[in-house]
Amino acid sequence: MSAFEREFMDLSKALEITTATDPGMVRSHNEDSIAVDATSGYVILADGMGGYNAGEVASGIATAMLGTSLKQILEDAEPGKIERESGETLAVKILREQIAGANASIYQAAKSQPQYAGMGTTLVIGLFYDKHLSVAHLGDSRLYRLRQDEFKQITRDHSLLQEQIDSGMITQEMARFSLNRNLVTRALGIDPEVEPEIHTYEVEVGDVYLLCSDGLSDMVEDDEIQLTLASLQANLPLASQQLVQLANDNGGRDNISVILVRILRHLPAGADWIGRLSSWFRLARV
Amino acid sequence: MAKLILSMDNLVLKEIALNKERTTIGRKPSNDIQIDNLAVSGEHAAIVTILNDSFLEDLGSTNGTFVNGNMVKKHFLQNNDVIELGKYKLKYISEQPSQAAGGNYEKTVVIHPKPGFKTGEGILHNLQAAEQLQPRPVDTIPDAATAAKLAAEAKSVEQRPIAAEAKPAAEMRPATEMRPASEMKPVAEVKPAAEVKPVAEMKPAAEVKQATEMKPAAETKPTVETKPAAEMKPGTGLKPAAEPRFKPSELKPAVEVKPVAEAKPAAEDKLKPSEPKPAMATMQQRPSVTAEVKSARLGAIQILTGPSAGKELDLTKSLTTLGKPGVQVAVITRRPQGYFITHVEGATFPLVNGKALDAQAHPLNDHDIIELGGIKMEFFYKAA
Repeated sequence: MSAFEREFMDLSKALEITTATDPGMVRSHNEDSIAVDATSGYVILADGMGGYNAGEVASGIATAMLGTSLKQILEDAEPGKIERESGETLAVKILREQIAGANASIYQAAKSQPQYAGMGTTLVIGLFYDKHLSVAHLGDSRLYRLRQDEFKQITRDHSLLQEQIDSGMITQEMARFSLNRNLVTRALGIDPEVEPEIHTYEVEVGDVYLLCSDGLSDMVEDDEIQLTLASLQANLPLASQQLVQLANDNGGRDNISVILVRILRHLPAGADWIGRLSSWFRLARV
Repeated sequence: MAKLILSMDNLVLKEIALNKERTTIGRKPSNDIQIDNLAVSGEHAAIVTILNDSFLEDLGSTNGTFVNGNMVKKHFLQNNDVIELGKYKLKYISEQPSQAAGGNYEKTVVIHPKPGFKTGEGILHNLQAAEQLQPRPVDTIPDAATAAKLAAEAKSVEQRPIAAEAKPAAEMRPATEMRPASEMKPVAEVKPAAEVKPVAEMKPAAEVKQATEMKPAAETKPTVETKPAAEMKPGTGLKPAAEPRFKPSELKPAVEVKPVAEAKPAAEDKLKPSEPKPAMATMQQRPSVTAEVKSARLGAIQILTGPSAGKELDLTKSLTTLGKPGVQVAVITRRPQGYFITHVEGATFPLVNGKALDAQAHPLNDHDIIELGGIKMEFFYKAA
């Protein structure tokens, strides 16, 4: 691919991304791991679990492997292209395949190294391309979206508590008193096979996306998160620090990780030449 | 593992471990906890336990099941809750896994979503934290499907297809949004227990109302549900009719909404919740966050110059922005240690006592003068 072509796939002008991660007030280790790349348009957050440092290893493998492979694949791919046989976008296929690969690696490492036995990690990935966002997740790390005044949790946790809420056993309000937190029903690296939940959404200019580990969402009410994002969206680094600070002020019982993404302008289309041309005109107008 | 301590007249009779998914309480010998007393129904109540959470369910008992003095149909048990059946008391103790596991209990662990999962593959038993979380053998862990099934069972034991109960609890409206009384079936539950008929035979609300109206006033005290929601005061209005001879309210709000209202700190501005129950207050698990962590003393700012001079603004929220978006904005954050001001956007930085801020948060002291976009304002602590 020529440098000329690559320029049009560079999303860094369309995405503003900031991150913050903190061990919190109680834990000595930070088992969360994040990887972002505005040029390729991906954001990855993983919250590891397992004894000793195995959690860090699992989340570290996940973000490193997925980051490297996504970067490489996205250099030549058109994530918005519809796959003929499955009818889904290439982005979804890429996410599914790469997550399966990372899952196998963590699973194998856990099997071959006794000190890593049973390790695993939650995962949430956002892939931005061509006016769209594809989100894959496993476990209780979340993606939220602030669109104008509407703040919405986009992912639904894979957790026992969420199942109990869904079945009507416990109300959303009472859920905060549950002792069954932190029991996730899906995770990366625990089983030989994994089934990530993947959805695709349209993005709008001005949207702010938040990816976070449960260290934030368990410690800070959604209302407070919304207030923070809405008030401080002009300064995303400050907003991410403020979110971490809120979680720590509330006790900081777990590692806290935050990724914020703002859509600055329409995401350029992929590598097909019509898309490039139209995005060139769009860019030229700006 | 959680347990119950059975006592009567402050005399401890026995301790019962909640080691089954379903523990039944009643007068008949078939119950897991048999209480041979005429005030206790044959099948009085059941406790469904899912990992660390236990749910108490009244099984349509004649005299009702009380938790901390309130009649309940279904209740999410919290540590130190006292369940009363007639003269008997059952204290619920959920051992804090935090102490047992040295703080590891909060670590995230995976439970297997699929039934028929083989333990040999190894998820839970390898995780130190998981063992403390899960005292039972690994293969009996209720997976997601079982949990859902349990939930379904829990619902079916009620055998009362009343609309409000049949709805998943998640859909239940908070007290403030409750429908006006006219839409509810308020009076049906006020009948003395002896007269209660199976649901299928229940009279239409209008008829029942007539029936109850004919009774002496003392017996037909209207339950709180008959009031429109707007009139209800949380804590007082939501208290169920406590007379044991009355059937508990079928329209759950009276019983269930109360803890909800108390448990929701976000609601504090809107509805001033009543004093939290001791059971809630002593919970060590993730106490409801926002309420207690903000700065104890309330701060405010008063505008000193410009068109709004004299205006005062209480800093009640965790953060308050000042200034004009796109031009100059600063934020005042409310934290346990006090108030802080931070620059958010704009080429010029706000001044505090004549000195420009840097990018860092700056603590605010009583009577500090803030200057922002040419407007001066004073920060001060309000008298308690």
